[in-house]
Amino acid sequence: MTIQNIISQLGEGMLKTCLLFFSTLIISLPLGLIISFGRMSKWAPFGGKFKPLSLITRLYISIMRGTPLMLQIMVVYFGPYYLFGIKISASYQIYAAIIAFAINYAAYFAEIYRGGIESIAQGQYEAAHILGFSKNQTFFRIILPQVMKRILPSVTNEVITLVKDTSLAFVIAYAEMFTMAKRIAAKETSMIPFVVAGVFYYVFNLIVALVMNGIEKKMSYYK
Amino acid sequence: MKMIEANNLKKSFGENEVLKNISLEVDKGDVLAIIGPSGSGKSTLLRCITQLETVDSGEIIICGDTLVKNNEQGKAVYSSKKDKAKISRHLGLVFQSFNLFPHFSVMRNITEAQRIVLGKSKQESEETAVELLKKMGLAGKENAYPCELSGGQQQRVSIARALALNPDILLFDEPTSALDPELTGEILKVMRALAAEKMTMVVVTHEMLFAKNVADKVIFMDNGYIIENGTPDDVFNKTRNERTKAFLSRYYSGE
Repeated sequence: MTIQNIISQLGEGMLKTCLLFFSTLIISLPLGLIISFGRMSKWAPFGGKFKPLSLITRLYISIMRGTPLMLQIMVVYFGPYYLFGIKISASYQIYAAIIAFAINYAAYFAEIYRGGIESIAQGQYEAAHILGFSKNQTFFRIILPQVMKRILPSVTNEVITLVKDTSLAFVIAYAEMFTMAKRIAAKETSMIPFVVAGVFYYVFNLIVALVMNGIEKKMSYYK
Repeated sequence: MKMIEANNLKKSFGENEVLKNISLEVDKGDVLAIIGPSGSGKSTLLRCITQLETVDSGEIIICGDTLVKNNEQGKAVYSSKKDKAKISRHLGLVFQSFNLFPHFSVMRNITEAQRIVLGKSKQESEETAVELLKKMGLAGKENAYPCELSGGQQQRVSIARALALNPDILLFDEPTSALDPELTGEILKVMRALAAEKMTMVVVTHEMLFAKNVADKVIFMDNGYIIENGTPDDVFNKTRNERTKAFLSRYYSGE
């Protein structure tokens, strides 16, 4: 099998890797923000120190960060059958992978957002309040843009990790690139698929780093 | 006309009673200076008037509208959310640490609230901003970002930002405390000019000369009480109160 052949076979896997990568980001970035709101919620319907929303999201984040992503992928994929006897088809693979990745990464992003939001000086809220901005206007116009700038380096880290983590989808035989590379390598008894896979992840991350760097530069017009 | 009326304000943070039965009045066009040692409650008083803090009991009336009054049990009851928002439109506040929005240009710092809160057009709000910046001696700084300005310039932008909403009363919370003496002069000059235009102002300050020379009324606060309330002459020259004398002498002994 020639290198061209291997690359073209891996090509389909690359597309699936990209699909998983972008779907995860599109879902987990906003979801993380919502979870961070829950985490910071001071809602205490029964009075006192019991804050149900904050407690639930803390538990959620703790589980997502405390257990292996690989295990979470398997639970999401096999759970419906083992727990409820629902027959799962191969087409569920991609959904299971995206769901597992999105809820896992949302937990990490939530904590990053929280750190960013809590780092904004109280004076910004006070100035906005005095000027008559509503809570929503204050958050989306004044606070969030500043949060984005501050959390960008941490987000870049997570995004780079995500590129490599997509390979974990092999545990449910989702035919992303790494799964394909393994198959071809076994069949051809060749290292080349692994080398190609390595180069692919490296170049992908190089692009991610360049793009994020560009965004950081664009936001560096103020301190 | 009374612009601010505050009666029997009380405020505690936990066990610590910060305001103990504070009453004051501010007339239209007057400059009220509030002086006193750190921790005397003067900033808290300003924050209660501007709704950044809530009082535990007492009454605040701003430009004839009641912000808060006592119920029969003597506990503070605030007006509706809508009324509170309306009342806060009478007030502008200048902070000790400026609190400009760092991600906005000088121009947008001044126009954003005009557009979002008052619903003014882009052009109208920018005209107002340009005019105010000129008045603040900052013409041509429209496109600068706060981080590119000196502390004195930032504070003047924040005064322009407050004035852009056309408040009836401008309040200052130690506006020069974060600035070195040279920059302090810039700000005091602007405040003097506003006083000359008969802007109603309440100024919490450590600048005794400003209080003495510019203010119409001076309040001296200590430990949550108003110790003195009178003209600058009453407070600075004629006081018989030992606490006031001790406080003022520290400022004049060249400390």
